[in-house]
Amino acid sequence: MKRFKSRRRGGAHAEFEQPEARLIANLAAQVAELLANDKGASKADDPLADLVDMEGSTQPPEDPVLHRLLPDAYRDDDEGAADFRRFTERGLRESKSRNAHALIESLIAGGMSEPIAADAEGDTEAPAEPRVEVELDADGVQAWLRTLTDIRLALATRLGIEQDDEQRWATLPEDDPESYVHDIYDWLGFVQETLVHAID
Amino acid sequence: MAAPTPTEVEPTAAEKPESDEVVQLDTPWVTLVWNDPVNLMSYVSYVFRNYFGYPKSKADKLMLQVHHEGKAVVSTGSREEMERDVEAMHGYGLWATLQKADA
Repeated sequence: MKRFKSRRRGGAHAEFEQPEARLIANLAAQVAELLANDKGASKADDPLADLVDMEGSTQPPEDPVLHRLLPDAYRDDDEGAADFRRFTERGLRESKSRNAHALIESLIAGGMSEPIAADAEGDTEAPAEPRVEVELDADGVQAWLRTLTDIRLALATRLGIEQDDEQRWATLPEDDPESYVHDIYDWLGFVQETLVHAID
Repeated sequence: MAAPTPTEVEPTAAEKPESDEVVQLDTPWVTLVWNDPVNLMSYVSYVFRNYFGYPKSKADKLMLQVHHEGKAVVSTGSREEMERDVEAMHGYGLWATLQKADA
């Protein structure tokens, strides 16, 4: 990856290797799917209920990742929290999902391709793939900042990341799958950091 | 910590008893942002500047307060305004809540 740099005409640009671009797009798609699929705990199994009910859920999502992406607005007021959720959750889900899709679109526009099928014999090297050139206007910058945040919140919740727990991750064996995911989490933090600095 | 924005009660408020919002104007509400282990310090400061329009010095101070003390009051106003701010913070991925200023 070549870090995000500001553009003279506003916005920012960066370059990613194809596997990096596909990784970010894949994670963004997972976040969008999670936001679209789990509609909260209060809904009945009847699909019609979703269509008829124009109001949102009043119960916090059962999935801890969704609960972190859509947190309670009141700490000691269940009724206030339920009302807030009823009127804001749907909109927040939609805007987060839109941002995730905008991020994916910008990677496609930048030349992200499907992975080239590995040669069955494994005896020919895949041709070098051109880098993905991401060009972001002001809206694109917002979509990236927010989606990178949502992805990192999702990964951190799944991993159980806590304040000042670097030692825990540093001492994990390299072949531990959590170690691999934590590396991705760290790298996405780096990507986001370069974007914040590019636009500041 | 910057002084909270004073909430002005309209002089004619007493003549408009139909709105119970008027009663709430006396007790300001606050938006709190809570520390989390994920969000980057640079990003949190950026959000405070980008959304609230705070100068860098104030945004950095609030960000550091969140980081070191676990939370900070980032805005003050009516309940409705604070709900709007909390919703916006959730849109940025920050962990925010609202409550009465004296709670």
